[in-house]
Amino acid sequence: MSEYIIEMVGIRKVFPGVIANDNITLQLKKGEIHALLGENGAGKSTLMGVLFGMYQPEAGEIRKDGKPVRIHNPNDANNLGIGMVHQHFKLVEVFSVMDNIMLGAEDTHLGILQKNKVRDKVLRLSEKYKLKVDLDAVIEDISVGMQQRVEILKMLYRDNDILIFDEPTAVLTPQEIEELMQTMRNFANEGKSILFITHKLNEIMAVADRCTVLRKGKYIGTVDIKDASADSLAEMMVGRKVNFKVDKKPCNPKDTILRVNNLSLTTAASGKHKLHNVSFNVRAGEIVGIAGIEGNGQSELVYVLTGMLKPTSGTITFGEHDITKYSIRERNDMGIAHIPEDRHRYGLVLDYNLAENLILKSYYTSQFNQHGFLRFLEMETHAQKLIEGFDIRAGEGGDTPARSMSGGNQQKAIIAREVSLSPKLLIAVQPTRGLDVGAIEYIQKQLIAARDAGRAVLLVSLELEEIMNVSDRILVMYEGKIVAEVEGEHAVRQELGLYMAGATPNDMSQEVV
Amino acid sequence: MKRRRTFNSSLLTTILSAVGAIIIGLFIGYLLLLITKPDRAWWGLQRILTIGFSDPNKFAKVLYQAMPLICTGLSVAFAFKTGLFNIGATGQYTVGTFFGLFAGIQWQLPWYLALIAAMIGGAIWGAIPGICKALFNVNEVITSIMFNWIAVFAVNMAFLNFPMLVVDFWGKSSIGDRTPVLADANASAVLPKLGLDELMNSSLVNIGIFLAIIVAVIIWVLLQKTTFGYEIKACGYNRDASQYAGINAKRNIIYSFMISGALAGLGGGLYYLSGTGQYTFLKVLLPAGFNGIPVALLANSHPIGVIVSALFISYIQVGGDALQPRFVRENIDIIIGVIIYVSAFALVLKLWFEKLFVKRSMSAVSLRDDDAELPPPDEPKGKDGDNV
Repeated sequence: MSEYIIEMVGIRKVFPGVIANDNITLQLKKGEIHALLGENGAGKSTLMGVLFGMYQPEAGEIRKDGKPVRIHNPNDANNLGIGMVHQHFKLVEVFSVMDNIMLGAEDTHLGILQKNKVRDKVLRLSEKYKLKVDLDAVIEDISVGMQQRVEILKMLYRDNDILIFDEPTAVLTPQEIEELMQTMRNFANEGKSILFITHKLNEIMAVADRCTVLRKGKYIGTVDIKDASADSLAEMMVGRKVNFKVDKKPCNPKDTILRVNNLSLTTAASGKHKLHNVSFNVRAGEIVGIAGIEGNGQSELVYVLTGMLKPTSGTITFGEHDITKYSIRERNDMGIAHIPEDRHRYGLVLDYNLAENLILKSYYTSQFNQHGFLRFLEMETHAQKLIEGFDIRAGEGGDTPARSMSGGNQQKAIIAREVSLSPKLLIAVQPTRGLDVGAIEYIQKQLIAARDAGRAVLLVSLELEEIMNVSDRILVMYEGKIVAEVEGEHAVRQELGLYMAGATPNDMSQEVV
Repeated sequence: MKRRRTFNSSLLTTILSAVGAIIIGLFIGYLLLLITKPDRAWWGLQRILTIGFSDPNKFAKVLYQAMPLICTGLSVAFAFKTGLFNIGATGQYTVGTFFGLFAGIQWQLPWYLALIAAMIGGAIWGAIPGICKALFNVNEVITSIMFNWIAVFAVNMAFLNFPMLVVDFWGKSSIGDRTPVLADANASAVLPKLGLDELMNSSLVNIGIFLAIIVAVIIWVLLQKTTFGYEIKACGYNRDASQYAGINAKRNIIYSFMISGALAGLGGGLYYLSGTGQYTFLKVLLPAGFNGIPVALLANSHPIGVIVSALFISYIQVGGDALQPRFVRENIDIIIGVIIYVSAFALVLKLWFEKLFVKRSMSAVSLRDDDAELPPPDEPKGKDGDNV
C-alpha cells in the first residue's frame, strides 16, 4: 500500500506553441489538504484537466494507491473516486438542485428514477457536512455560494474521496470562504483527500497541509505549510521577491469630478432592479473603490457611467455638465477614460495591431486623421512612445498583432491608451484580473500615479485585497445598491465582507451594542 | 524589415491556400469529367485550362465576364471586412441593372451617369437589410435573401411598365421578354471601347474592366488608409470594442451595406451597359451576384485579390463553355460549380497553412489567451533578441 492515494509522475502536456506541463510530479496523501499554487498560465488547470481525464498527457503516469491507472475521460476519473468543483460551475441552470446532483448518476429501478432514495442520501450528506441547500430550488435562483455547495454535494453523492477544488474562493464573500475552509477541514478529518487550486497565499496558509508550486509549466517544489511562510511561497511562485503592499502617499482630494445622483436601472424583460438609487461622488486626486461580489450591479454601474447603457432614472454630472444623455464618444471627449472589465470583448480589437489599438479612442482627432486619411507615421511614433512609457512588451513593436500579446501586456496597452488620453476621470474595472503578481504590482502603481497626477479614479474590483490596497475611499455594492461607505485606511476585511453579503452599517452598530 | 516579414508570411499563406483550393477543385472537376466521358476527360481539362489564352477573342470574353464578378466580389468582400455577410449581392446587382438601364434608355443619359444611377440603385437595395440589421437587429442574411427575390420580381415588373425599356418598342422583335439592344436605344449609354474591340477582335471588351479594377483599388485605399476604413473594420472585427470606443456601429453597418450594395449595383450597370447583353425577364436569381461570394472567399476579402480571383473564375467559365458540345451544358456547370465550391475552402486551407507555419517556428508565444504568460520582467522576451 502506497503512502500516496494519487500520484502524478512526470506529467507532460503540450498545446500548439506552448508546453503547459513539463515533467510535473504531484503526490497526494490520504486525508490531507494539498494546495496547488501557481500564477495564471502556470499549468495548474491543465494538470487538473489531465487528472480529471479531460486531457491526455504526452508523457508521465498517474497512479492510484500505487497502481498505474489510465484516465481517458471524466467518467473514468469518477470511477476512481475523483471529483472536481470547477472554477466555472457545471450546473444546468434551469434544473432543480436535486436534479443537478443526480444528473449523470441517476439511481433507477427498471428505468424509473428513484427520487426518494436520492433525496434521502443527499439530505443525509447535507446534514452531516453542514452543507445547507434547498433541494427543490432552481439553480438560476440560488446564490453563487449555494451553487458551490451543490457542486460539492455532487461529488459527495458520487462517493468521491479525492476532491479537487479549482479556485473555489474567487466567487465567495470572506464569510463564505471561512465556511468553505471549515468544510474542507471536515472532509480531511473524514479521511478524504483534497486538492486545492489557488493563487491566494493566505488561504493556503490557513487551510493546507502541503503545497506544490508550479511556475511556467514547470514543477518548482512541494513544501510543508508548517515550514513555509506566505513570502516564501510567493517567491517560489513568482521566482523573485514580491512586494505585497503598494506604497502610496495620503490622498489630497480636490474638486468633485463625478457626481452620481439616484441612478437606477431596471431591466425591461424582468423588471428587476440592476441599480437602485445609487448616489456617490468622486473627487480629483482620489481613488474610490467599489467592492462587491460579482453580479451586484457593478458592471451595470460602469456601463451607465460610460454611456454603454442608458439609466432608467437618475443623473450623472461630470464637472459642471449633466452628461446623463451624452453618447460614449462625447463622454470620452470630455475626459472619461475606461479600462473595461473584459479586455478581449471591449478593450481591444484583437485583429488590429498594437499601434491601431492604441489609437482606438483618438483615431478621429487631428493628431491621427488628416482629410479622412490615417496618419501612419504619427501612429507609429505614438505607439513607440507608449511602448516605452508603459513598458509594453511586444515582439514587433507597433506592428505586433494584439492577439499574439500576453494578457499582461494587452492590459498594459489598454492602460497606456486610456491614461495617455489625459482623462479627468479614469474608470478601471477589474484592471488586474487574470494577471500575475508582477503585472498586478505595476498596474496598481499606475492607478496611484494617475491619482497623484490629479485624476479622479473609480476602481471597481472583485478582489477585496486590491480594493483595500489601492482605494482612498471604499463603497460596497449589494444587489444594485450602495450599502456602505468606508474610509480606505479604516477598512476592515471582515466588516467589508459583511456589507458585501448584504448587511448594512446599522446592523453592524446594533451587533456591536 | 519587421513589417515586410509579417506582411509576406500572411500574404504567402493566403496565396498558397487559394492556389491549393484551386488545384483541389480542378482535380475533382477532372474526376467528374472522367466519370461522364473518360476518353475525353483529359482533353476537357486541358481545354478548360488553356482556352482563355488561346486567342484574343476568348481573352476578351474572360475580361468581359470578370467585370461584373470583380464588382460583386468586392461587394461581398467589403461586407465581410466589416463583419457582415452580404448574400444579397444578386438583388443589388439586379436593381443596379434596372437603374442603369432606366437612366440610359428612359432618360437617355450617357454611360457615366447611367453607371452612377446603377450604383445608387444597388446602394438603396443594400441599405434596406443594413437598416434592418442596425436598428432592429434582424439578421442580414435573412433580409438580403428575401430582398434578392423581391428584387427579381420588382425589377421585372418595373421593366414591363416602361414600354421604352422593352425590346418591342424599338421595333426589332415582338417577343417582349427582354430589354432592347442598347446601341439602338441610346448609343451614348454604351460603355466606350477605345479601340479595344478591334485590337482583340471582339465586341465584348470595353473600358468596364478598367473601371472595375480602379474601383477595387479605391476600395483597398478606403479600407487600408482612411479613418472611415479604420472605423468600419473595427466594427467588423469587434463590434463591442468599437462601441466601447465610441464608434457609431449602427451608422457604420448601414454605410457598409450601402457601399456593398453600390458595388454590386455597379456590376450590373457595367455588364448591361456594355451593350452586348440584354436583360431577360426571367424568374431566376442572376448567378453573377452569388459568384461574388466565392470570388471574395478565394481572395480572402482582399480588394486587390478580388481582381485576380474574379479573373480566374471568369477564365474557368470561359474554359467550361468551350467544352460544348462534347459535354452538355449542365455537366459544365457542375464542374465549374465544384471548382468554385472547393475554392471556398481556401479559408480552411489557410488555417491549415498557418498551423503548419506555427509548428515550424514553434515560437513560445501562446496562441490561447488563457494560457498567455508574461515573461519575467528582468529577462527580455525571446523575440526581442533580433532587435538588438
